[in-house]
Amino acid sequence: MPEPLEPFDDGRAIDHTGAGGATDLAMEEAETLEKTPGGPLGTGPAGKPRSLWSDAWHDLRRNPVFIISSLIILFLVIIAIWPQLIASGDPLQCDLSKAQEGSQPGHPFGFNGQGCDVYTRTVYGARASVQVGVFATLGVTIIGSLFGGLAGFYGGAWDGVLSRITDVFFAIPVILGGLVLLSVVTSTTVWPVIGFMVLLGWPQLSRIARGSVITAKQNDYVQAARALGASNSRMLLRHITPNALAPVIVVATIALGTYISLEATLSFLGVGLKPPTVSWGIDISSASQYIRNAPHMLLWPAGALAITVLSFIMLGDAVRDALDPKLR
Amino acid sequence: MLLEVRDLHVEFHTRDGVAKAVNGVDYSVDAGETLAVLGESGSGKSVTAQAVMGILDIPPGKITQGEILFQGQDLLKLKEEERRKVRGAKMAMVFQDALSSLNPVVSVGDQLGEMFQVHKGMSRKDSRAKAVELMDRVRIPAAKERVAQYPHQFSGGMRQRIMIAMALALEPELIIADEPTTALDVTVQAQVMDLLAELQRELNMGLILITHDLGVVADVADKIAVMYAGRIVERAPVHEIYKAPAHPYTKGLLESIPRLDQKGQELYAIKGLPPNLLNIPPGCAFNPRCPLAQDVCRTDVPPLYDVTESPVPRASACHFWKECLHG
Amino acid sequence: MADTAEAILEVRDLHKHYPLTQGVLFKKQVGAVKAVDGVDFDLAAGETLGIVGESGCGKSTVAKMLVNLERPTSGSIRYKGEDITTLSPKALKAVRRNIQMVFQDPYTSLNPRMTVGDIIGEPYEIHPEVAPKGDRRRKVQDLLDVVGLNPEYINRYPHQFSGGQRQRIGIARGLALQPEIIVADEPVSALDVSVQAQVINLMGNLQSEFSLSYVFIAHDLSIVRHISDRVGVMYLGRIVEIGSDAQIYDHPTHPYTQALLSAVPVPDPDARAHRERIILTGDVPSPANIPSGCRFRTRCWKAQERCALEVPLLAVPAVFRLTDSPAKHDSACHFAEEKHVVPAETDEDGPETPPTNGADPFRKPESP
Repeated sequence: MPEPLEPFDDGRAIDHTGAGGATDLAMEEAETLEKTPGGPLGTGPAGKPRSLWSDAWHDLRRNPVFIISSLIILFLVIIAIWPQLIASGDPLQCDLSKAQEGSQPGHPFGFNGQGCDVYTRTVYGARASVQVGVFATLGVTIIGSLFGGLAGFYGGAWDGVLSRITDVFFAIPVILGGLVLLSVVTSTTVWPVIGFMVLLGWPQLSRIARGSVITAKQNDYVQAARALGASNSRMLLRHITPNALAPVIVVATIALGTYISLEATLSFLGVGLKPPTVSWGIDISSASQYIRNAPHMLLWPAGALAITVLSFIMLGDAVRDALDPKLR
Repeated sequence: MLLEVRDLHVEFHTRDGVAKAVNGVDYSVDAGETLAVLGESGSGKSVTAQAVMGILDIPPGKITQGEILFQGQDLLKLKEEERRKVRGAKMAMVFQDALSSLNPVVSVGDQLGEMFQVHKGMSRKDSRAKAVELMDRVRIPAAKERVAQYPHQFSGGMRQRIMIAMALALEPELIIADEPTTALDVTVQAQVMDLLAELQRELNMGLILITHDLGVVADVADKIAVMYAGRIVERAPVHEIYKAPAHPYTKGLLESIPRLDQKGQELYAIKGLPPNLLNIPPGCAFNPRCPLAQDVCRTDVPPLYDVTESPVPRASACHFWKECLHG
Repeated sequence: MADTAEAILEVRDLHKHYPLTQGVLFKKQVGAVKAVDGVDFDLAAGETLGIVGESGCGKSTVAKMLVNLERPTSGSIRYKGEDITTLSPKALKAVRRNIQMVFQDPYTSLNPRMTVGDIIGEPYEIHPEVAPKGDRRRKVQDLLDVVGLNPEYINRYPHQFSGGQRQRIGIARGLALQPEIIVADEPVSALDVSVQAQVINLMGNLQSEFSLSYVFIAHDLSIVRHISDRVGVMYLGRIVEIGSDAQIYDHPTHPYTQALLSAVPVPDPDARAHRERIILTGDVPSPANIPSGCRFRTRCWKAQERCALEVPLLAVPAVFRLTDSPAKHDSACHFAEEKHVVPAETDEDGPETPPTNGADPFRKPESP
């Protein structure tokens, strides 16, 4: 029996000896729990706190899909930053006399129509793809979840206006929009393409964010915080955001893959990245006319693109499985 | 005997390990008889019923042992196709949540009629007439007009009647009702329970009523099987069990519910928590919560002792059933 | 209404109507769902007022208005004489400290991304004046101890607890600011039967320890009787009968109360044969379309013409006004009459005394 406690300083002492049976029984309940090593729900050893995030991480580390896809992505990011690590040549140094030639020592992937080394160009092409994917996703996620989250939280007129704006952007066909907007751009950097993707991509994320904020908002624990007198910002930051984040992260991861393939599509159509930028899309586009006599020119950049996109989508799937509370 | 479950074992393979949901359940029900299976969440009462109906999700579920004899035939040995013929036609189930058990985009009449079209090969028109007849039978007012309506146009009580009508459609010999009135308000609950009991008498069906509500059980059951941690801990006719429970868990439950007709100072509370199915305590599963527990309870699993003292047979899985019954 | 003790909370003519609108661009109000439609009651310091009713009767909406989660359409809620429905946000925050809520669903009422310590300590972050920062951890641990949980669980997450333990955590959060009133909305209906009694007993003990007043909302009439000093019965947004627990349960005068009580299954198979059940016909009307006059008349076996024309007021019915019987309590019925519906073996020899059986280990909670 514990000593009588005085947790409240206004003199309302808690006297365990006078509290009667229930508290004692409850204490025994606590002891019972202590004795059950699995805890009541069989989650981990007793005493070791595990949040849903750490549970998810625990899951991910054991998921082969996650391991493979993240290793590929890690490799991609490294060669995007330091392509020299695995490619010694210069992607822009071409020798027309070697145009369309196949694999030979020092040039495992052969040469393209301009006589540039396909291996070097494929390695250097990762940079543009990763840049476009990462920055477009960042932009889309920040803008989308900001607008979507606010619309979901405040509702009413805010929500009405934002939802209509979202609808307008949804109505723009991406390829057509790209052909129109990007054809006037002369810059050869990746930024106009990224800007275009953010412009047309944020409504998708905004819808997801809005939906998950509305779901989180309806939970009793948000009502409980409100009943305590919590401010809007506290409810939004402490209670809603952490619980609404999971679907946003999942969709963003999957979207990253699709932005990379969108970049390739736009470059293929001639409105995406422009030479001298090295990009898989540009290479696929120029290789497509030689597909009959020199398929290797198409195979390598297209293969790299497919593996990259697939890795991001697989990663997104693995993350979703790990975060899905229904499977818990 | 209409239905006999013998030594049934069911496991679930989960991420965290093997959950032993049912660990050797025996019960039986005869035509015209009501068996109440009483237990809390996780006691295995619903899983047993799902195994009997053949609607258990396999995997993650797995029946590892036992027999389910329906009119002398072991259902677990039947092929899925033969099993399907038994389901619906000879045994039917009423679920707790009528709203999610009914298809929201198909009219009530079509859902009821479908039973006749599929099992009896009736025409659409005949089956519609049958649907109206069934709705009349479960006392849905203005059945003729309402037969074309959709589930959301009915109140909770009416939807549960429709579920009962659907279960009765092919005049089965056994009905399993899983918490049929838990989602309903008290005044509606009484209507639906009375209806179910009356139809059962009329059609001489066997009824397995799965519930956690000791009040509902007292109102309609003939005999009771109390389940705890996947086992039957006590089996007895309804009058005996309320008069003198022979298992400390049953006794604790009966003591711990507040009564409408009295206002006590403090309720008796069973201490502790229901067991974790991944990690059932050794010996008697109830021993950590039991006021009578001795060393033997922590080591030896009590068998289901025959504790018959009057002409009616009863059983209790407690080493100290005598103390419990007379103490 | 409350006659002797001083009322800490006075609710007068409380309404909550949700407008029903039509049209896409220009919204036009075409009606209203009258979830709460004129509720009056008093809550005395230290007492428990039970509110019972079926789903959709408005009892949960009343609870939300008491803790200011919903704004009333009209009416007043006076806490110690001050109307909390018209307070400025700042003044409201101070009042909120004194009226706390315990929620029904222990699975959705705790933030799964926060530790138990953060959940119970959050009230102190919102109201920093209650506890200095250095003190909070100790206070949270003390609260865990008070509700019967091991104080070492402070760093665990809600999903590591069972339903009953989670509800204890919810109660600890409700106690953190040392409120005077706790509004509990179906606090045990989501729990297993064997755990319900633990939580009910805990709430009973906390009440006497901290001199709390409870508004206890539930659909389970047996539990409400167990914990309440007074009971109000709600039907379609209004209280139809209110009185002490003995008045309501043993001497009900409103036909709805009688039907409700008679429908409760009693855990006694011997009562089956000789029990009179009032089975109501039909369903509860929609709160968007409340019947004229007495709102219960569409399901009432006593209804006459007068019931369709005249709204019965919640007051002591004329027939009982001059008597001294326990039937003399507020009941909103034109034809109120007493009727015993609860099976009554224990009725004569006094329902207040619990049966005692000294030697039985089941009757007495274990003593230390």
